[in-house]
Amino acid sequence: MSFWSKVIAITRKDALSELRTKEIISAVLVFALLVILIFNFAFGARPEAVDLVASGMLWVTFAFAGVLSLNRAFIVEKEDNCLDGLLICPMSREVIYVGKVLASLLFMLIVEAIALPVFALLFNLPVLTAQLIGITVLVTIGFVAVGTLFSALAVNTKAREMVLPILFLPIVIPLIVAAVKASELALAGKSWGELYPWLPIIISFDVIFLVVAYLIFAFIVEE
Amino acid sequence: MKRLILWGLGLVLMFLALYLVFLYAPIEKVMGIVQKNFYLMVPMGWLSLLSYFVIFIGSIFYLTKRDRKWDDLAYSAAEVGIIFTSLALMVGSIWARPIWGVWWAWEEPRLTTTLVLWFIYLACLLVRSLTVEEGRGATFAAVVGVIGFIDIPFVILSTSLWRGMHPPLIIFEEGGLDPRMRLTLMLSIVAYTVLYVVILMQRVAIRRDEAEVKKLKGLVSQES
Repeated sequence: MSFWSKVIAITRKDALSELRTKEIISAVLVFALLVILIFNFAFGARPEAVDLVASGMLWVTFAFAGVLSLNRAFIVEKEDNCLDGLLICPMSREVIYVGKVLASLLFMLIVEAIALPVFALLFNLPVLTAQLIGITVLVTIGFVAVGTLFSALAVNTKAREMVLPILFLPIVIPLIVAAVKASELALAGKSWGELYPWLPIIISFDVIFLVVAYLIFAFIVEE
Repeated sequence: MKRLILWGLGLVLMFLALYLVFLYAPIEKVMGIVQKNFYLMVPMGWLSLLSYFVIFIGSIFYLTKRDRKWDDLAYSAAEVGIIFTSLALMVGSIWARPIWGVWWAWEEPRLTTTLVLWFIYLACLLVRSLTVEEGRGATFAAVVGVIGFIDIPFVILSTSLWRGMHPPLIIFEEGGLDPRMRLTLMLSIVAYTVLYVVILMQRVAIRRDEAEVKKLKGLVSQES
């Protein structure tokens, strides 16, 4: 089997178990909607307030939802020792990382694809533009690249799901800053050119952390 | 012996720096005596970055060579680093108060960057204490160290662009700094860097002793 067919096998396994349990997507989606609801009460839904905080709200929601969903990525493997089975498989550790990244990316994008229109509906925002969707996909790649690595690390610690946020959030702060700023501009109806300099930051974050996490992943899951 | 020489050098440099700061460097016209804070703030900020570099080196070598001494270095640098980063935050706050009238200025990218660095240091130390096996904790801390170091340019870039500011200039390029002030600043940086190296070496030595004591304790409890 080639590298990519093994990767697809892992992604397929995750997607299949998700399809049968609907554990991650349903829980994370409800969580994301609840966060949006709470923000609505916290900031008030006055149009001027929404304009001010909309893109911040969006990214706080997605970052927290991301922590929740990425945590599950390896906790389900740890239960019933599935991770050991995965490690015995005749493939390199990197395959596991890429497979997991693709699966988590898929779950996150599904959640976002449902949450974004709801967001647009509830706050009367022009969320469904090519710019905003592009930013969302790019930032989610960055989240998942870092989050999958730390998720694998977190399940091997004493505190498990409590460890991921304290590792993940400080590292993705630059990404969140760039995402909030770029979405702010996108919501104001700016063109692609005006999103500069935030887009290159997001893209280089994605590329660099995908490569580094890919290289370093094997150290975390060994033994 | 080497450490003793370094201690002496640090002591001499520290006194020299104090002399330059308070007696030699002119008092700044606009900010007045408050500006003296600058000679403490810049070295602290520099050391919080330098410490990260040390963690990075230690982490990379630990991951590739699996030698305990590199982990000792990375761990000690994280511990000493968080002290200097905390100090940088405090001194920065003390600087912000008279200059901008507030204890904390989110607009100031260097202050904000330092705060994010502080949290990454914390993550580095926490992940180790939350892991059951010691060897695993060291590996995890090394992974966080490497990721954290690579994250720094992004943090600096995003926090400085956040408020529409240009990335911070290196302090030596900023025009208009009096040559006497520059000399004082340079010497302060050197003095505090020596202090940092001394503390780091001390911490590494203590950590080795700790491991030794642990080993001996294990031997004793096995025999009894």
